[in-house]
Amino acid sequence: MHIVDRRLNPGSKSLENRQRFLRRAKALVQGAVKKSSQDRDIKDVLEGGEVSIPLDGMNEPRFRREGGTRDMVLPGNKKFIEGDWLPRSGEGRGRASEPGEGDGEDAFRFVLTRDEFVDLFLDDLELPDLAKRKLAETDSEGMRRAGYTNSGSPANISVSRTARLALARRVALRRPRPETIAELEAEIADCDEARRIELQAQIESLKSKARRIPYIDPIDIRYRRFETMPKPVAQAVMFCLMDVSGSMSEHMKDLAKRFYMLLYVFLMRRYRHVEIVFIRHTDRAEEVDEDTFFHGPASGGTMVSSALQAMHEIVRSRFRPADWNIYAAQASDGDNSGSDGPAVSRLLTEMILPVSQFFAYLEVGEAGGSTFDMPDSSLWSLYQRLRAEGAPLSMRKVSDRSEIFPVFHDLFQRRRKQEKVAP
Amino acid sequence: MTAIGERLIDGADWDFQKLQHIHDACEEIARTELGLDTYPNQIEVITAEQMLDAYSSAGMPLFYKHWSFGKHFAHHEAFYRKGLMGLAYEIVINSSPCISYLMEENTATMQTLVIAHAAFGHNHFFKNNYLFKQWTDAEGILDYLDFAKSYAAQCEERHGRLAVEQTLDAAHALMSHGIDRYPGKKKLDLRTEEKRAGERRQHEESAFNDLWRTVPTGPAKSAELLSSERRRSLLGLPQENLLYFLEKTAPRLQPWQRELLRIVRHIAQYFYPQSQTKVMNEGTATYVHYRIMNRLHEQGRISDGNFLEFLQSHTNVVFQPDFDDQRFSGFNPYALGFAMMQDIERIVSDPDDEDREWFPEIAGTGDVMAVLRDIWANYRDESFISQFLSPRLMRHLRMFHLHDDPKETAGIKVDAIHDQRGYRRVRRELARQYDVGFIDPNIEVVDVDLAGDRRLMLRHTVVKGARLNETDARRVLQHLADLWSYDVSLVEVDTGDTILKEYVVSPRTLAAAA
Repeated sequence: MHIVDRRLNPGSKSLENRQRFLRRAKALVQGAVKKSSQDRDIKDVLEGGEVSIPLDGMNEPRFRREGGTRDMVLPGNKKFIEGDWLPRSGEGRGRASEPGEGDGEDAFRFVLTRDEFVDLFLDDLELPDLAKRKLAETDSEGMRRAGYTNSGSPANISVSRTARLALARRVALRRPRPETIAELEAEIADCDEARRIELQAQIESLKSKARRIPYIDPIDIRYRRFETMPKPVAQAVMFCLMDVSGSMSEHMKDLAKRFYMLLYVFLMRRYRHVEIVFIRHTDRAEEVDEDTFFHGPASGGTMVSSALQAMHEIVRSRFRPADWNIYAAQASDGDNSGSDGPAVSRLLTEMILPVSQFFAYLEVGEAGGSTFDMPDSSLWSLYQRLRAEGAPLSMRKVSDRSEIFPVFHDLFQRRRKQEKVAP
Repeated sequence: MTAIGERLIDGADWDFQKLQHIHDACEEIARTELGLDTYPNQIEVITAEQMLDAYSSAGMPLFYKHWSFGKHFAHHEAFYRKGLMGLAYEIVINSSPCISYLMEENTATMQTLVIAHAAFGHNHFFKNNYLFKQWTDAEGILDYLDFAKSYAAQCEERHGRLAVEQTLDAAHALMSHGIDRYPGKKKLDLRTEEKRAGERRQHEESAFNDLWRTVPTGPAKSAELLSSERRRSLLGLPQENLLYFLEKTAPRLQPWQRELLRIVRHIAQYFYPQSQTKVMNEGTATYVHYRIMNRLHEQGRISDGNFLEFLQSHTNVVFQPDFDDQRFSGFNPYALGFAMMQDIERIVSDPDDEDREWFPEIAGTGDVMAVLRDIWANYRDESFISQFLSPRLMRHLRMFHLHDDPKETAGIKVDAIHDQRGYRRVRRELARQYDVGFIDPNIEVVDVDLAGDRRLMLRHTVVKGARLNETDARRVLQHLADLWSYDVSLVEVDTGDTILKEYVVSPRTLAAAA
């Protein structure tokens, strides 16, 4: 008899089957994911979880029979005698209830992992073509290990590989081991004359052989080889700019927060490392932590240019555009002091946009208001003018929570190559 | 090996050394006292996740990839996580060596129980029952599955995942009709057919007598009828093994598609005996573990505490709720099988007059194991129940028979109960519930219109008014039509040859022939 311990075998043997299943059910699962995400917080949504999909299209049909006259033998007769008639009214009598099996009939429930959920949730979204403008191409070079070589710099000597080759060579050429010589020398100490001469000759020859066959020969030496490879920039920084002047209500901030979160999750999926910088502004801007950003009280006038200026300085000091993909999302109710217009347009077109992959402006409105009713604000008209002049800006208006995902979806929707990303 | 009287297990912990001792102790009892004959055992310890994995591929250790297994896995997993479903303690595979999977979280007592149950009970049954001997190849199954897996993977590489998936979907839909139910059916091959025709002609020539011409015959068969008869016999019609028929005769299948159909058909055939012997198989294994555990306890190798733990899970396994109980979901094969085995033991060793009247062959013969081994080898559920269900057991389980005719407005009729008048009827009806001939709809290929539009004609013989579920029937026929690549029709016919319904399905464009 054999006993085999299979517990250490690689798990998830059925992972591939699961992926096939998800691929097949993709449309259905995606629908379910969207539906289940509507009434949940973004954070919860992205935790993954149970979804339920209709079995249609996923069924495995068989020839089944139904109806007709049925005969059954059952256990547990209490009071029936032959010839009794049982009323058919309640379904219960004689009909076996089938737990477990029956549940799977019309809807099929199962659990998605977090990754699967996010993948499906954001599946048809893509970074806009803008991103490929020029910065995505400036890949930096990285080094990668690529085996061994017999020439190189001393710093790269691979000790273990060298020692191994040296050992192999010494064994192959029968280099005498120091222990053997030591043994013979010990024997010399107490033995007769004839034997001593013989031993001395032997030791001499071994020693000279050992000298001829070096412990480590230059031909043994191996160096670790590296080769350069293009390394895509795998980190991104996301600037969250928000107007926190008195005119921004909690509701508006909440909308902005949701948008930022989506953007964060989305970027996390594309980049290995994403940093977030929060800049809030009134008539002057400051970099703050997340909590202050969303909840800290502030008041004052509104100068958008101050935030842009702050962002520009942070980029210059901390995020070299060559190493970082820069994303920015600005949320505001659209108020801006009239005299600030020229400064904003200059900063945007000359400083910010050239280094950013993507710049989105989200104009948030009061709860209950329809986006169509919102009159064009001063900032909106300014940005619209810039866009008309060819600045790569994306802008949207939002006034209700439920519009966040559609708007986000719309901004990042996968498009055909020729189409402009501009909305 | 541990000596008699020495404890095999101590508390709930176990290790591999102990498993070995447990196995050896069980083996000794199984061989000497029960006279079991088993395949060599291979015991594999697995985790809960691996158990779920095994669930989703019909318990087999390796299987080709298909989305439906992923679906089952997701389904089982959701249930398991919610705590709606416990996992089996073991899974055992009909192969040589016989592989039993044990869950790692079982206690030492449970491992003993499971080894006795699976590695000896099921194992003996697999090796000796005539159905398994006839239909399955225990030595070859793992190799065959390995071949199937790599073949399917190869096909995917060569012909695309989608094409393979479509073929497998279709084959799975027809799986329950991909089984040879009777052995020894041989296809006529053309060479012997030709030879036979030649011999016959020679015989006719040598025995020619013009006088025969003048003997009046019955009404002559028309040429059309003759040719249709000939065509049907050449195609081996009628044929109930739909997958076999498609594999051999579907006009536009690629060779690799035929091979895939063949793989699915072989696997269906491999599982065919299991569906016919649920009660016997579980009854055997439960009876064997019960005997072995009791013996180990008598020998003092299992402490009273461990034995009580065993009894507790044993009674859970053989619990049979009444029909009006919330938990009722048909007869529990463990309960029914174990009760029947114990009943037979009683009849053989200590019969009363009723048993002598009902079972003259075995009553009081004394050698319990010889009788049981013979039964295990030569019966399946249907024949086992129809011959060995005793009146006493029917009384004990208080069985009764209901007859439900939808046309009857008065309600459902109690047709027979556990009394003198009812024993035989109850027993016959219960046996019929386990007869595969009644469980699966009887569908055959009856003809192919070779001269015309190549329509494939099927026929469902309706028994007791049970018709096919229409949605599912259409879906299955759609798959069938895709494989056949021409129209397929199915008629439902009752025993009086009246046509109740006709389905006609056309293939989806080129899906299967691609």
